[in-house]
Amino acid sequence: MKKALSLLMAATLALGLAACGGNSANGDANNDAANSSDASGDGKTWVIASDTVFKPFEYTDASGNFVGIDVDLVAAIAEDQGFNYEIKSLGWDAAIAACQAGQADGMIAGASITDERKESGWIFSDGYYQATQTMTVAEDSDITGFEDLSGKTVAVKTGTQGAAYAESLKDQYGFEITYFEDSPTMYQAVLGGQTVACFEDTPIMASSIKDGDLALKILEDTANEGAPYGFAIFNADNQELIDMFNAGLANIKENGKYDEIIAKYLG
Amino acid sequence: MIQIFTDYGPLLLQALGQTLLLTLLGLFFACILGLIFGIMSVLKNRVCNVISTIFVDVIRGVPMIVLAFYVYLGIPYLLKNGWGLTGFVPTALQAGTICLALNCGAYMAEIIRAGIQSVDKGQMEAARSLGLPYWKAMQRVVLPQAIRTMIPSIINQFIITLKDSSILSVIGFPELVNTAKNVVAITFDSFAVWTIVALMYLIVITLLSRFAKIMERRLNRGRD
Repeated sequence: MKKALSLLMAATLALGLAACGGNSANGDANNDAANSSDASGDGKTWVIASDTVFKPFEYTDASGNFVGIDVDLVAAIAEDQGFNYEIKSLGWDAAIAACQAGQADGMIAGASITDERKESGWIFSDGYYQATQTMTVAEDSDITGFEDLSGKTVAVKTGTQGAAYAESLKDQYGFEITYFEDSPTMYQAVLGGQTVACFEDTPIMASSIKDGDLALKILEDTANEGAPYGFAIFNADNQELIDMFNAGLANIKENGKYDEIIAKYLG
Repeated sequence: MIQIFTDYGPLLLQALGQTLLLTLLGLFFACILGLIFGIMSVLKNRVCNVISTIFVDVIRGVPMIVLAFYVYLGIPYLLKNGWGLTGFVPTALQAGTICLALNCGAYMAEIIRAGIQSVDKGQMEAARSLGLPYWKAMQRVVLPQAIRTMIPSIINQFIITLKDSSILSVIGFPELVNTAKNVVAITFDSFAVWTIVALMYLIVITLLSRFAKIMERRLNRGRD
């Protein structure tokens, strides 16, 4: 028995070592790729922070790849401008903190361009997507508009424009707001009846209802005017990155790549 | 940071109030649960022992964040889809209180069990041989000695529970961390906000620790 155990351990160890060896080989290959594209860029790898789940702007697909409109946009722009980058899927709060602490150079997470954020020292790129916010209720709900919300509780996701939209209506229509950290929990809270409605960006809501087959309905006539999403940096030394983003964005809008990406996720 | 505090201080203080309310409610029910299951685990009754062990093992074996989602979203879902009951939909405060009470209650049960068992068996035997009934002996002889050893662990557990209440931000209860995340999202100034929040927790917990020290000294007066 003892012998069998030690054999097993040895085998595990050997496998582990082999796996490590394999990884380092892959790592070398990656480095080579990075080096070869250095010729066109200035050699710096920009670290770009992102949210974890903000479907369809960023999410992990069934095969474990981090994908989404934001991810594809950055890839297309980086290719166009010839810079190296690495996307870190940190989550909304952590992405903000990482930019401030300098662990990341910029962030792309479907962040709306607002004056309040600019006042706190953030620098935004040109808007890359115009999103409206709408109210969504359970399919069998009898709520048809803001007038029906009096005395009820609605769900929003912390820091989104949906939250800002709900806050702007709160006093006028006399409802309460509950803040959730992620969209799935927020949707569950509407489905389960803990809250009567949620406020979310319209494309995200539509995509979630479709993909998740959720028993929710968007009340189309509750939409606001919307605000553009922007790529953001905190440290002004990274202005170069914003300039490249803006130039690249203009180019891919021109050559059709931008429409291709939007159609891929929202088509 | 001063700007953030003047702008959002009142909101954050209000959130601290919610944290304290949630923690106190949770602790109140945790003490009841802890006492019931703690005593059940030392009784000479197999059924009581097993029930208590299952309670402690199940609750200790599930992270509180999972428990929070389970109570808030899962239980109403089960009631609705399993038995067609739609009556019970907990508010965030109710779900939060249940989570804290269960979680802290399990640890309290262990503290109380250990406290009672730390009292020498001879104490109970002596009391019984002097003619005291079991419960009287427990109440007058064993528990007073046990409580002395339990107090530091119980206060420690209170502090842990106060900090754990931050986990309930995930179910949207407007406690300190939930509100702070909101303020960070509005201002995008995470450093200032988290510094203020850290200081708030620090002050409350330091006061609680001081209070615990004083309590401990009082209870130990006349000992040694």
